[in-house]
Formats: sequence, structure tokens, C-alpha cells
Amino acid sequence: MNARQSIVNWGRFWVGALPWFWLGLFFFLPFLFVLKISLAEPQLAQPPYMELIREFEDGIMTLVVNFGNYQLLFEDSLYINALISSVKVASISTVLAILIGYPMAYGIARAPTHWRLPLLMLIILPFWTSFLIRVYAWIGILKNNGLLNQFLMWSGLIDAPIDILYTQTAVYIGIVYSYLPFIVLPLYATLVRLDNSLLEAAADLGCPPIKQFLLITLPLSLPGLIAGSMLVFIPVMGEFVIPDLLGGPETLMIGKLMWTEFFSNKDWPLASALAAVLLVVLIIPFVLLRHMEQRAEEVE
Amino acid sequence: MFRRSPFLFSAMIFGYAFLYGPILSLIIYSFNESRLVTVWAGFSTKWYGELLENDQILSAAWLSIKIAAMNASIATLLGTLTAIVLVRFRRTRLRSALDTLVAAPLVMPEVIIGLSLLLLFVSMEQIIGWPSGRGSTTITLAHATFSMAYVTVVVRSRLAHMDQSLEEAAMDLGAHPFKVFFLITLPIISPALLAGWLLAFTLSMDDLIVASFVSGPGSTTLPMVVYSSVRLGVSPEINALATILVLIVALAVLVAGRVIYVQEKRSQSRS
Repeated sequence: MNARQSIVNWGRFWVGALPWFWLGLFFFLPFLFVLKISLAEPQLAQPPYMELIREFEDGIMTLVVNFGNYQLLFEDSLYINALISSVKVASISTVLAILIGYPMAYGIARAPTHWRLPLLMLIILPFWTSFLIRVYAWIGILKNNGLLNQFLMWSGLIDAPIDILYTQTAVYIGIVYSYLPFIVLPLYATLVRLDNSLLEAAADLGCPPIKQFLLITLPLSLPGLIAGSMLVFIPVMGEFVIPDLLGGPETLMIGKLMWTEFFSNKDWPLASALAAVLLVVLIIPFVLLRHMEQRAEEVE
Repeated sequence: MFRRSPFLFSAMIFGYAFLYGPILSLIIYSFNESRLVTVWAGFSTKWYGELLENDQILSAAWLSIKIAAMNASIATLLGTLTAIVLVRFRRTRLRSALDTLVAAPLVMPEVIIGLSLLLLFVSMEQIIGWPSGRGSTTITLAHATFSMAYVTVVVRSRLAHMDQSLEEAAMDLGAHPFKVFFLITLPIISPALLAGWLLAFTLSMDDLIVASFVSGPGSTTLPMVVYSSVRLGVSPEINALATILVLIVALAVLVAGRVIYVQEKRSQSRS
């Protein structure tokens, strides 16, 4: 029995150790390298940064830390503006996604039981098809001679095509479209558990439907609403593909800037400093998300 | 409910039209004769023919499929182990920390994941000489890191909701814990493993950003080819490719859904 117990313990150890090892090596450790390189000086070489610990002519190993990258981020208005603009785009997109996603989640949760699973599957299905290709689809719809302008002109609403593609509007459409499932799913999970008798009691006491929604449904769905909002807000902050393909010159976002610094300017240290700043900004929304998720787990 | 609320009904119609309209337009215009993607000039399948002769797209697709399959297998293994720890192990600080660590890749912007992994691979090569250069190996490792988080979510919910009485019965009858796991637990959670594997596969097939950071010369994946051609404007060949991909995904989801449904029925009738 003892030998058997030790084999089981050995097995349990490895089951626990393997995920820790993998995530530690490929997820946590890389952030330390981002921090390190963000303090390095760029150079024209491969790789394009200088080591922090260098040997000078006198043979002494010296640690050279360069805060210049961070200084540049806070002095050049381009980077501050990109950060502010990213927060703005992420916030407005989150609100728009809630406006479209909330009625959908509510409708699915209130639908007859046998309808719920197919309706939910239809929300998830687009998530399985290529993100890049779904964003690409909007180019054909939004461009000047695209489907939307053709339809609007045919219906007589406008006389000349309006510019939508390569504007901020196109970026919002693309983001809301791509991230809609992330807001609907957690909202649905909280709404479907909502106790109907609360609403019935309120209705019996003469509470109008709008008030029922504002006083009962909305507060009770708040954990799902916040979790869903963070699932949209956090990744959108670093979004690259949507602003790059649908946005125009006025579209300024951190993710796109990082891409340019890295691939076009080959400035790895500056790109790392940008990544480090973005990470710090995202800590608060991430903690909020984890808090809501843990609350949901405890309810289960 | 819908009869009582026309607002809710129209909001849902709008929502689903919003989700599926663009995909539908891609499919319709892939059969368009004209190179101008949005001007209809008659039915044609010529873009599918051109797609099948495009060696660049075909070799990139093959590379992506190989990476995605390898990634999905690693991610399913790691994700399942993580799910077991999170559901079955005692609640400790270490477990909560793993819970947070594995939740992070789900929301972490891909530009950060890509950049940080590239810096890791470059530094590792300098220090221990591995991985020498970057290519499909580094892409696979990077993909498995974020895919395993998604597999964990899928397997975890299955594991948390499964009936444990069969396991307990086998244990009471003296079955070895490993035997219980492989003969009872694993078959019960296998639909989740299948779903997780497929999800990890599609995530990898779809990733542009992380792959762009950690790929090397000669390892151009399908999204990278699609991206560079899309940047030059709309092209009917990409529409044809999109249609094929959508069909494969729809088919896979239908088949997987069917398998899971049948399994569920069988386990229900058994109990």
C-alpha cells in the first residue's frame, strides 16, 4: 500500500509540475526578458540591443541600465496619445458591445430551453472561423464601392458614397464584431441563473418592466457584465489587426505602435518598454476580471 | 417571450445578422466572376482554380496545418493536466496562483505574448544555444502556451460537472488510481478533450501576430500569407480560401457536436 501511495504521489507531483514548468518558462519568464530588454540600448546588430552587463576595456564587468526608452515614452506625445487613444477605443468598443450583446444574451437566456443551446452555438461558431478573414470581410463591405455604400445609395438614403473604411468608425465596427461573443457568453451565464420569481413578485406588486430591469435584472447580472467587459477591454487595448486593416491615419493604438517599432524601426528596446507600460496598465482590469471569475466559481 | 417583446426579437435578429452577414458576403463573392470583389459579374468558380495553383498559399497552409496539429496535441496534454490540478487538487495558494497564471493568456494582447516569447527565444539561444534559429518549432511552442489556456477552460468545466460516483466505485473495489484515471475519468472527459484539441488547432491556424514575432525565414504560415495579400487590397482568391476554411470549420463543429451529443446520450442511458 505504501509503495502504491508513493507512486500516486509521484504521479500527482508531475501532473502539477508540468503546467507550472511550461507556464513559468514560456509565459512568466518572457516578461522578465521584456523588462530586461526595455532597459537596454538599441544597436544596429543581431539581436538589435546591447547587453546590460558588459565588459569594458579595463576588464571590469559593468551593469549598464538605460532608462532612455521609458523617458522617450513619457516625453514624446506620440506614445502618450497612443495610450489615451487605446483606452478610449477600448472603452467605447466595450460600451457598444454591451449595447448589442446584452439584449442578445438576455434573449437567449429567456428563450425556450431547447432553443438556448443552438442559439448559443451560433454565437460561438464565428469565433471558430478565422479572425483575420472575418476582419477582411469588412473591407469588402465598408469600402467606397462596397456593399454598404451600394445598399445605402440604392435605398436613396445617400447620394454619394460615404467614407467608412480607413476611419475610426470602421475600427469600432470591426472590434465590436470580433469581440461580441466574449460579452454575450459571460452575460448569458449570469442571466440564465436569474431567479424568475423575483421578477414575478415585482410585477405582482405593480413594478413596470423597465424598473424591473433596472432594479433587479441589471444589478444581478453585474458580475457577468463586468467579466465580459474586461474580456473585451483588455485584448482590445493591444489590438493590432483591426486598426491596421480597417483604421486610417488617425487611428493611433499601442498595439499598432509596438508592431511598427518592432518590425519597421527594428527598435526592440523601445517596443519592450511599450509592452511593459501596456502590461502595467492592464493589471487593474485583469485583477477585476479575476475577481469576477472567482465569484462566479464560488456561486457554482 | 419573443412574442411579448418585439424589441428583444429585433435586437436578436440584428445581432445574428451582424455576426453572419460578413461571412455570408465573403462566401457569395468568392463565386464572383469579376476581380472587383464587390461588383457582381456572374457566377464562376475560377478563383478556386487559381487558389489551387497558388503554391505560396498551399505550402503555407500545409505548414500551418502541421504546426496546428502539433500545437493542439501539446496544448491538450498541458491543458488537461492543468484542469485536473484546478478541479481535483486541494485548494492551496499554489493552485490559486496556477489558476491566475493560466487565465492570463486568454486576455493578454497577442503583441505582448509574441514580443515576450521572441525575446525569450533569442536570449535562450544566446545562453544555452537552443532553440537554434526560429521557425516552426518556436511557433509551435508559442502557440501551445496560449492554446493550453483555452483547453484548460473547456476540460475544466467538463471535469467539474462530471459524476464522480463511477470513480469512487472503482476505487472502493480496489482499482489502482492510474487505472481509474485511464479507464474511467479519461473516457468520460474525452468529448472535452476533442473539443479542446479542435479549439487549439483552429487558434493556431488563425494566429498572425504571435507567429509573426517568433517565426524565422522560411516558416511563413497561412495567416501571414493572407495578411500580406489582404494589405494590398481585397482579392477574390482570399474569398475562395475563406469559404473553404469556413466550410471546414462548420463541418468540424457539426461532426464534433454530433460525437459529443451521441456520447452524452450513451452516458445518460447508462446511468
